[in-house]
Amino acid sequence: MADGSIGLWTVPLAVLGGAIRVSTPFLFVSLGECITERSGRINLGLEGTLVMGAMSAYGSSYLTGSPWLGVLAAGITGALLGALHAGICSLPRVNDVAVGIALMLFGTGLAFYLGKPLIEPTAARLPAIDFGWWSDIPQVRAALRVNVLFLIGVALAPILYWAFRTTRWGLLIRTAGESSDATRAMGHSVLLIRLRATMVGGFLAGIGGSFLSLFYPGSWNEGLSSGQGITAVALVIFARWDPLLCLWASLAFGGAAALGPALQSVGVTSGYHLFNAAPYILTLAIMIMTCSPKRTLTGAPAELSITR
Amino acid sequence: MTTEAADSAEAVGAIAPAADPGFLQRYGGTIEYVLIPGAALVGALGVFGIFVAMFGKNPLDLYFYMYYGAFGTWFSWQNTLTRAAPLILTALCTALPAQLGMVIIGGEGALLIGALSATSAALALQGLPPLVVQIAMVCAGVTGGGLWIMLAGALRQYRGVNETISSLLLVYIALAVLNHLVEGAMRDPASLNKPSTREIGAANMIGSIPGTDVHWGLVFGLIAAIAAYILIYHTVFGFAARVAGGNIRAAKIVGLGVSKLILTICFLAGGAAGLAGMVEVAAVQGRTNANLAAGYGFTGILVAFLARQNPLAIIPVAILLGGISASGGLLQRRLGLPDASVLVLQGIIFVFVLASDALYGRIGFLKGKS
Repeated sequence: MADGSIGLWTVPLAVLGGAIRVSTPFLFVSLGECITERSGRINLGLEGTLVMGAMSAYGSSYLTGSPWLGVLAAGITGALLGALHAGICSLPRVNDVAVGIALMLFGTGLAFYLGKPLIEPTAARLPAIDFGWWSDIPQVRAALRVNVLFLIGVALAPILYWAFRTTRWGLLIRTAGESSDATRAMGHSVLLIRLRATMVGGFLAGIGGSFLSLFYPGSWNEGLSSGQGITAVALVIFARWDPLLCLWASLAFGGAAALGPALQSVGVTSGYHLFNAAPYILTLAIMIMTCSPKRTLTGAPAELSITR
Repeated sequence: MTTEAADSAEAVGAIAPAADPGFLQRYGGTIEYVLIPGAALVGALGVFGIFVAMFGKNPLDLYFYMYYGAFGTWFSWQNTLTRAAPLILTALCTALPAQLGMVIIGGEGALLIGALSATSAALALQGLPPLVVQIAMVCAGVTGGGLWIMLAGALRQYRGVNETISSLLLVYIALAVLNHLVEGAMRDPASLNKPSTREIGAANMIGSIPGTDVHWGLVFGLIAAIAAYILIYHTVFGFAARVAGGNIRAAKIVGLGVSKLILTICFLAGGAAGLAGMVEVAAVQGRTNANLAAGYGFTGILVAFLARQNPLAIIPVAILLGGISASGGLLQRRLGLPDASVLVLQGIIFVFVLASDALYGRIGFLKGKS
């Protein structure tokens, strides 16, 4: 309450700012996972991909001085992890959920290992666009400092929505997700489609990770991601595999995740840790409300193991 | 899939056919269950050696220090066994639901809630005889952890919520609850740097097995694993669970109470992990704080998969992985490897073990005739 004039308005403003700022990793991971799951496979390893992306982005940005090369490096790292996931899942009788858990542990461990020397130095960070120039209130300006990656993510959601519906590769991914037999009958390789879908999904999740280390919170440490990746995977399920719903859900999650810090800034500190758990509680609550044991979810790809 | 395969191996061992079927046909399956994970482990160690060599360390030094730090001396053996104790218990948290075809990965959360419940029980009963306090701690830890995982099971059964995701979300929620209580209502005002609860008192600690520095938690783990084995493979309840895991519709048609099975198994699974939390409090930490989130729950998932969800096989595998994590300190001091190198190795092992699933039934000389 630095200036006192806006008082409790700080909280909704910070939540709005948080919805914009904190939602970006959720958005990228959920869009990436959306592509992967639409092709009939679930990649739970995106939590590890997120952390690896954050680490490699920070490292590359530190070494080259260019944060955008960092974003690219994060994407490539993510795509490689995606290829690893898809490669192992291509073997017969290998369970994609279990491979995801393995890659979650592997990605996190590898990022901590390689990222040890990166905790100290400061890397070049991503620039932000100031949409709050018209306002004199510092909180408003802070809330409206928007990162370019967020805008890219927002643009990506309708593009993906359109691509799934109208393009050839969108149809192929959906076919692979609905019926692998039909895909084979059409003369396409299911494994190849899923490999590509998982790699693109990993690419996007890696970029989501680069946002964590290069913009907000904007440094590399081992506590950087605590479950954002897995929350985003759950988010895809109740967004009904629809990229546009992923966008709205990510915004809601960003807002929920910003609630704890926002309340702390106005002096409410007692339930700090509980408010920090808000995104997880929200995820669980929404899953309880939207799932049902009697029917499969509308919009669920038929080949997806996790909804069967 | 796993359970079915384990069944057939069991059946071959238990009911010997009249005609002598030949050694390989009788034990080929069992050999496979040792050989393939073993090969995966060796492959993973090889890849980890290459990985470490890329950073200019000698892989042979690595293997030597890993062996030395894990099993080289009596001191390292004790360290290994101390770490194996919670791993056996958290592995059961994944292995028991796996009999029903469920993938539960929330052992860490049940461990934290179990530790919190056990600590609360001990603090509430201060002054009573230690044995009473200890029994109350075991009950509280098992109940707390059990209910936590039962929640994931109930959500799956009654609301169709995927148990893998919900159990992992519950880990983060458990951690938040623990931090909230440890920094708030249950905080010991004397703990300044590291917020903690009050100590449960030296008299209430469960102590070491005589003649060793290994605490009694190891015995808890061994008993739990053996009990789980008997429950799954030698009781009607366990048989029902495996039927439901093999084919849930068939189980419903023959009138098995699937809801009851799921809830009971999940309670027992969470109870095992909760017991691990109680052990960590009553034998190691003496109080609850954020140190308890040391990753035993996550390593337990790996133990369960490496043991192919068999409760008895969990014991040697937990000792092996306890050894790997026990050697982490030595690797750090002697080779200058980061502490995360144990995590990397665990991740590589996990990937190899899952990829090796493709090999079952494909090794020519083990096939025998069928």
